[in-house]
Amino acid sequence: MNLALVFPPIDEILRWKPLVGNEGDPFAFNKIGLIAFFAAFATLALFFVAGKKRALVPTGVQNLAEASIDFIQNGIIAQTMGTKKEDMRWTGYLTALFFFLLFTNVTGIIPVIQMPATARMGIPLILALTSWILFIFMGFKNNGIGYLKAAVVPPGVPKALLPLVVLIEIVSTFLVRPFSLAVRLFANMLAGHLLLVTFAVMGHGLFFAETNKAFFIPLTILPLILFIAITLFEVLVVFLQAYIFTILTAVYLGGAMHPEH
Amino acid sequence: MSILAEITADPVEFKAAMSALGAGFAYGLAAIGPGVGIGIVVGNAVQAMARQPESAGLVRTTMFLGIAFTEALALIGFVVFILLKFA
Repeated sequence: MNLALVFPPIDEILRWKPLVGNEGDPFAFNKIGLIAFFAAFATLALFFVAGKKRALVPTGVQNLAEASIDFIQNGIIAQTMGTKKEDMRWTGYLTALFFFLLFTNVTGIIPVIQMPATARMGIPLILALTSWILFIFMGFKNNGIGYLKAAVVPPGVPKALLPLVVLIEIVSTFLVRPFSLAVRLFANMLAGHLLLVTFAVMGHGLFFAETNKAFFIPLTILPLILFIAITLFEVLVVFLQAYIFTILTAVYLGGAMHPEH
Repeated sequence: MSILAEITADPVEFKAAMSALGAGFAYGLAAIGPGVGIGIVVGNAVQAMARQPESAGLVRTTMFLGIAFTEALALIGFVVFILLKFA
């Protein structure tokens, strides 16, 4: 198993080699799958542990869980969907989504693991398709067939411009949304991961230089400083990308459930 | 002229050179527009927060949404870079 101590070859960006099973086998299991399982387990464990005691004055884990649910309800749902009961029903899905993304992202900066599971296309793709199906389903469920008109015809557009606007809206709502949702998360995490890899390789190369050792080895400090700085920056990116994915899902759901806001 | 002939003589090397060149340009050019765009978004958001600190929460949420939409273009450029370079 790769413990982030050796550098994988570059084509493993798209095709990570399996831990169990053979290459190309549909049931092969790799490090990304392991991290995804860990993230799902951590999300479940966090809320099961937090919900076990249910003290009136929350402490410890319960405090964290209550604060995060408060953040999802007031910071995301109330701002983008509304405060009605049917909007608050999405708290469960959005909280699970946020924490799953947080745990899959955060493995990118935990030493020894250092592999964000969302830096491979699979997880972002499936989550984005889930959001896509959910918002289209909720649109038709709440507005019937009129959702098609509400989704592609923005109010107050001059008649002459309508064909162009409708075409743009169809493309941007039904085609670009899942694509950009998935690619945003994937590319952000992969870019951060590649930055970390670049400085790690540079530091490794300088430290184990074959020639001019007295000159190269002290220089190792420079990539090391940048490596730590970028790791700190990645802490921000990890939270921000989980937040953005969750809030965009909420925006799409809100737009589908209550059109013409 | 002789250098050009030497490079184009080997089609595999030529393809690698051209894809490296294209990859560099793809990301560099894709970063210009979103760079300016995110600057405008954040600048105006800061201005709005300074004028009306009580609406800072709403402005911040909207700002992140705007950044997310603008940044997508740069990230697509990054993906194109990877595809050109390694695929």
